[in-house]
Amino acid sequence: MTPVLEAHGLVKRYGRVTAMDGADFELSAGEVLAVVGDNGAGKSTLIKALSGAVVPDAGQILVEGKPVRFHGPLDARRYGIETVYQDLALAPALDIATNLFLGRERRRSGPLGALFRRLDAKGMRRDARRVLDELGIDVKSMTQLVETLSGGQRQAVAVARAAAFGSRVVIMDEPTAALGVQESGRVLELIDRIRDRGLPVVLISHNMPHVFEIADRVHVHRLGKRVAVVSPKTHSMNAVVGLLTGALRMGDDGTIEEVGLTTGLGRS
Amino acid sequence: MTTRVSPSEFILRTPAIGPAIALVVAVVVFGLTTDTFFNVDNLSLVVQQSLVIGTLALGQTLVILTAGIDLANAAIAVLSTLLIAKLTINGTDAPIALVVGIVAAALIGAVTGGLVTGLRLPPFIVTLGLLTIVTAASRLYAQGQSFPVTDPTLGWLGTTQYLFGQIEVTYGMAVMLAMFVGLWYALTKTAWGKHVYAVGNDPEAARLSGIHVRRTVLSVYVVAGLCYGIAAWQALGRVPNADPNAFQLGNLDSITAVVIGGTSLFGGRGSVLGTLVGALIVAVLRSGLTQAGIDNLYQDVATGALVIAAVAVDRFSRGRQR
Amino acid sequence: MGRRGPALLAALAVVALAVGCTSTKSGSEESTGDGKTKIGLVTKTDSNPYFVALRDAAKAEADKNGAELVALAGKFDGDNDGQVAAIENLVQQGAKTILVTPNNSTGILGAIKKARDRGVLVIALDTETDPQDAVDATIATDNTNAGRLQGQYVKAALNGQPARSILLDGTPGSTVSEQRHAGFVEAAQPENLGTEATNGEQNKAQQATENLLQRATTVNSIYTLNEPAARGAYSALKAKGLADRVVIGSIDGSCDGVEAVKSGEIAVTVMQFPKKMAEQGVRFAVEFAKSGKKPTGFVETETAVITDKPLAGIDSEDTAWGLENCWG
Repeated sequence: MTPVLEAHGLVKRYGRVTAMDGADFELSAGEVLAVVGDNGAGKSTLIKALSGAVVPDAGQILVEGKPVRFHGPLDARRYGIETVYQDLALAPALDIATNLFLGRERRRSGPLGALFRRLDAKGMRRDARRVLDELGIDVKSMTQLVETLSGGQRQAVAVARAAAFGSRVVIMDEPTAALGVQESGRVLELIDRIRDRGLPVVLISHNMPHVFEIADRVHVHRLGKRVAVVSPKTHSMNAVVGLLTGALRMGDDGTIEEVGLTTGLGRS
Repeated sequence: MTTRVSPSEFILRTPAIGPAIALVVAVVVFGLTTDTFFNVDNLSLVVQQSLVIGTLALGQTLVILTAGIDLANAAIAVLSTLLIAKLTINGTDAPIALVVGIVAAALIGAVTGGLVTGLRLPPFIVTLGLLTIVTAASRLYAQGQSFPVTDPTLGWLGTTQYLFGQIEVTYGMAVMLAMFVGLWYALTKTAWGKHVYAVGNDPEAARLSGIHVRRTVLSVYVVAGLCYGIAAWQALGRVPNADPNAFQLGNLDSITAVVIGGTSLFGGRGSVLGTLVGALIVAVLRSGLTQAGIDNLYQDVATGALVIAAVAVDRFSRGRQR
Repeated sequence: MGRRGPALLAALAVVALAVGCTSTKSGSEESTGDGKTKIGLVTKTDSNPYFVALRDAAKAEADKNGAELVALAGKFDGDNDGQVAAIENLVQQGAKTILVTPNNSTGILGAIKKARDRGVLVIALDTETDPQDAVDATIATDNTNAGRLQGQYVKAALNGQPARSILLDGTPGSTVSEQRHAGFVEAAQPENLGTEATNGEQNKAQQATENLLQRATTVNSIYTLNEPAARGAYSALKAKGLADRVVIGSIDGSCDGVEAVKSGEIAVTVMQFPKKMAEQGVRFAVEFAKSGKKPTGFVETETAVITDKPLAGIDSEDTAWGLENCWG
């Protein structure tokens, strides 16, 4: 089966710093793919390239097998790729329904909409309510201001927005990083429900227990490229940590071996 | 209402409520303490006195909602009055001169917006520069003169009518009301309005949500410029004389009205209703304190205190959410 | 304050202000009582010492005559809108007479007309309106004549040398500024080495003079619209070492200005008498309240040439007299 979203040999340099150095990526239909890597491994650059926020210097991105070029987040969105950014990209002073439809508001039908650009506020509120209900997100009212929500609720709104409009892929950047235990649990449930709806999810996370709880596969990123893809069912958390720190290495045949450390200061 | 909304959320949602209460209280207090404040004539006068600054403040509200500020607004309006007056005196038809003046104001707004979005310069700096330039342009254009305006079209907004034979109203009030309704609709009922709020609230979030941030900001300055042009017309209705020295404090007065009206200087929160109320509060204070025989300068003290109180309320209500 | 705090804060602020203000009001009412003639005074600004002197004199005269004076002002030179609002508010509170120093000779005619239509006596103080009959009467210095007196003195002081002058004006478009300027030019017939608008401010005048001196090296006299401008001009001359060979003339007669004449910074100033204008205006208002008689026309208040170097053919007073009669 053709992967929903894939990338080959992505390169991105900022001056002398190489953030991506021939990175590959592959997301299959219906899966939750976790992307893990140490700080500075270049995973956020990879994600930005996939969501259109960064234009790579070289390499190719394919959506369902067809090569595409993203020049901005809107391009990626047009292909049904929605991203939940770490800082959520919500306008706190606006209400939930408005935030959900921000940038793609719906107008009323008829002259009121066409001529007077009148928004279909009621319809958007109704749909927002439906999406949130489907995802089991519990908020009082669609007209509640986002700034009055808890961190977890805000995360849920951002995720709901992506889920509502993402027709192919939902990318989430550290969705649980700022949350407590209980709220993290809810967000993981949310990811589970999105997967149940058949939408694949790319999950960037530092939190290994979360990754192992929810992910179908784990993409390990190191020094600007993918070094391994493992399954949580067959590999341990320690193995993944070993891979991302470089203590372990995955061979072409999928076997994992220890890397001999030469520190330069080592005893000879 | 079925869902209980906490008071602080109510304020967040309805930033005009504090100012509205303040306005009512001020009117009641002045009504009780002076013999001459609370009557139809005087209340009408108060509204008339708030028209020019109120109209300037409507434009200013839009700019402040995007977390900007416009120091040049009154200067633009003054230049516009001079254009209108001088063109008319030199034989241009008054309605055409009027349109030219208003369009010129919108164009200067476009320049402001272009500099802010195109060169990514802070609005404070851009409009500070334009304030100086536009003021100088006005003086050069006026050549040290002021221009009395006699044409009925230009003074039309100051023409009084009597409703029910009792209430003195001017066309300027009607225009102000129409502008208010139009802007209120645009801000609350259209996508453009939502985008204005979102851009002021968090420009990066707005961009990531797919809003054309720069286009939105540019449009705001153009619409604001239009408001300033109409303010020029209002000014000619109030004082039928285009004077390059007029409204030197109009920029600050309009900011005062906006801030007292509960719109946040940090952007993304506020309303044109609040601004209308803010402009009225300033006029009510001036009128009421005058009727009470209080010195001019204490009126300024009162206004200044209100500005600080308004910003404190803004900070306080938002602080709870952080 | 609990969660309702913010809702009440704004309201409280207004209540506090209003209550605070009304208590002041009731205090003043007790002292004046009811049934007094209310006289309004609207000056250009309330920061300029000239208008402060005018206001204080009007207040004193009103107290003497048992009338109540309400003094309002524009916020800056050119604040027509503020003066219009002030006139409206005075009419509204029942002022029988309004004394006004218009910021612009044509700017506030509409408001004046409305006031007069309601039977209010409107008198222009210090500055004329255009046309003059837009108000009932005008009490002012003959500003053209004041300029002329300055010009005559400067010309005489130059001992037959032709005047080569820098001219420092007030606010662009101000009638007073134009009239004084015209009077000076008429009397001194100067070669004009440069004209600048100074808004009557000392530092603007200093800057303007500094700049003009770059090319006006032959200057022997400086016309100034008022004394702050004259002092600014003096500072610029002194820095260039030119103070001795340039005659500075001025107009106003403020105490600071007379001091400057005394110390030799300024050669001459033409004193005007804002107190007399104010007193005359209040007397007219009181008379109007008593008998309904309205004054008409132009009532000139006198001027006096103040200098310590009297010249033949020019009536002048010395600075000792000046300091007794100055204002501000």
